[in-house]
Amino acid sequence: MSSPVWPQVAALARRSVVRTARQPAAVVFPLIFPMLLLLVNSGGLKASTKLPGFPTDSFVAFALAVPFIQGALFSTMNAGTDLAKDIQTGFLNRLSLTSMRGAALIAGQLAGAVVLGVIQACFYIGVGLAIGVHFASGALGILALLGFSVVISTSFAGLGAYLALRTGSGEAIQGLFPLLFVFLFLSSMNTPRNLIGVDWFRFVATANPVSYLIECVRSLIILGWNGQALALGFGIAAAIGVVSISAASIALKGRLVRT
Amino acid sequence: MSGRPNSIEVEGLVREFKKGPRAVDGIDLRVEPGEIYGFLGPNGAGKSTTVLMLTTLLPPTSGTARVGGYDVVTQGPLVRSTIGAALQEAALDAMLTGRDHLRLQATLQAIPRAERKERANELLERVGLVEAADRKVGGYSGGMKRRLDLALALVHRPRILFLDEPTTGLDPQSRTALWDEVGRLARDEGVTVFLTTQYLEEADVLADRVGIIDHGRIVAEGTPASLKAEIGLPSVHATPSDDEDHDRLEQVLAAFGEPLGDGSRDVVVRLRDGLAGLPAVVRAVDGAGLTLASLEIQAPSLDDVFLAKTGRSLEGSGGAEEPDASEPTA
Repeated sequence: MSSPVWPQVAALARRSVVRTARQPAAVVFPLIFPMLLLLVNSGGLKASTKLPGFPTDSFVAFALAVPFIQGALFSTMNAGTDLAKDIQTGFLNRLSLTSMRGAALIAGQLAGAVVLGVIQACFYIGVGLAIGVHFASGALGILALLGFSVVISTSFAGLGAYLALRTGSGEAIQGLFPLLFVFLFLSSMNTPRNLIGVDWFRFVATANPVSYLIECVRSLIILGWNGQALALGFGIAAAIGVVSISAASIALKGRLVRT
Repeated sequence: MSGRPNSIEVEGLVREFKKGPRAVDGIDLRVEPGEIYGFLGPNGAGKSTTVLMLTTLLPPTSGTARVGGYDVVTQGPLVRSTIGAALQEAALDAMLTGRDHLRLQATLQAIPRAERKERANELLERVGLVEAADRKVGGYSGGMKRRLDLALALVHRPRILFLDEPTTGLDPQSRTALWDEVGRLARDEGVTVFLTTQYLEEADVLADRVGIIDHGRIVAEGTPASLKAEIGLPSVHATPSDDEDHDRLEQVLAAFGEPLGDGSRDVVVRLRDGLAGLPAVVRAVDGAGLTLASLEIQAPSLDDVFLAKTGRSLEGSGGAEEPDASEPTA
């Protein structure tokens, strides 16, 4: 007995957005925290722009890429903790007793994360424009940024869904969140890779996929249209998405034990 | 579909968990269409595990179960389309309103869009949540959550309803309201109800038939009246106003049945003629010039049935919690 999947996806996405929107901390924190970090870094690391070969004379423009990735990390945590809470409270059992399809659950969860990811991206772009950042790729580049936000929100929310379905614990996801931030700090978030002086750090940043996600966003803001950066960024984000969503789908089969 | 629509038929149902005893150990039962079946037992007896298997959320280790005529293992989606369930915890999203929940449930149950709003309003009215419909569920009382839980289980007009300890933790008023609604569903709409409970009164008041489960096995089954009748006749408990009259009172009452001395001030006698013998008891006590401080008749309760079948009292005999349903099968 199957029922159409799209109304189910829409209903679950709506629920995901509504419940996040009704928790002010879940909305405000992902907007404000990256901006505070941007403010601190821009003040403290402004002198970096004097380094020979630094790609721009505006550190704010250089660093504005980072909030987009931080926002996606928050998507990971939100999507994961929400789903884990559903498992812990038995809400997933309630959903399992309906004719809901497993794919609808994941798609709905991801769609909710995407909506919030796009809202975050609009906010970061708005703040950037308000403080005078010039987007080198123009209006089309801003659209590309929004598109990239959709991709990374989906991919990282897929990771959150996988962790939730695998562990069934919101606490476990919150515990893993700092680990994801380590990936961010060990990337090219504050310095272009070619200017990192410490060998091991440059090596780690080069091996770290997060560097390419940041550089994709950064290229649209400060360089214009850079095919290689865009291909690497979109490609890596899509790869993370394919892996995380596939893993989440497999984990869901184990979690939804209904016959 | 084979088997009878609206019925529940279970044969040799077993569920084992990796690190524990058999949670359900070969139960057989049959619930007739339109019947309210009370599944009574202490914590950890196997009630919730049985419900999880019958609602397709947990595969049995062995045995068969047909719900609404469909096999719970091979025809899970058909079983789910037939049943409604309110599981042990009223699993609700604190951030959504009652109406949000109903809208989500109606969509997931494939209720046509045009009918969803009307169905939600109808159910909100039926469970008395119209005024609270647009408030977040996080602010609901336990009774309101249970009523919403029931409404959600009814969204798609199920023919069979599973209620897992629906009144645990509720105040007497909320409990009675829920009993009324469950009774109405069975009586007026012909819904078959499988109700687990650890409350004797609940099983007694609501259930047409009761199955008593202990350590995963059904130890007694029948109507509440027949189960109590199996145990025996009512007893009279008389307390003399003057302690010195105790022995004389005992002699008088001995004529009406078997004395059941319990070592207290009371004189206890199981009435040979049942309740019909009570007027004669009163006349005999009066005729002997005895005055009583109290006179009570105690009919056998379902707890007496449980005591007789298991050697333990159900009230306060809460065992271990049932194993986590997500734990893998051995």
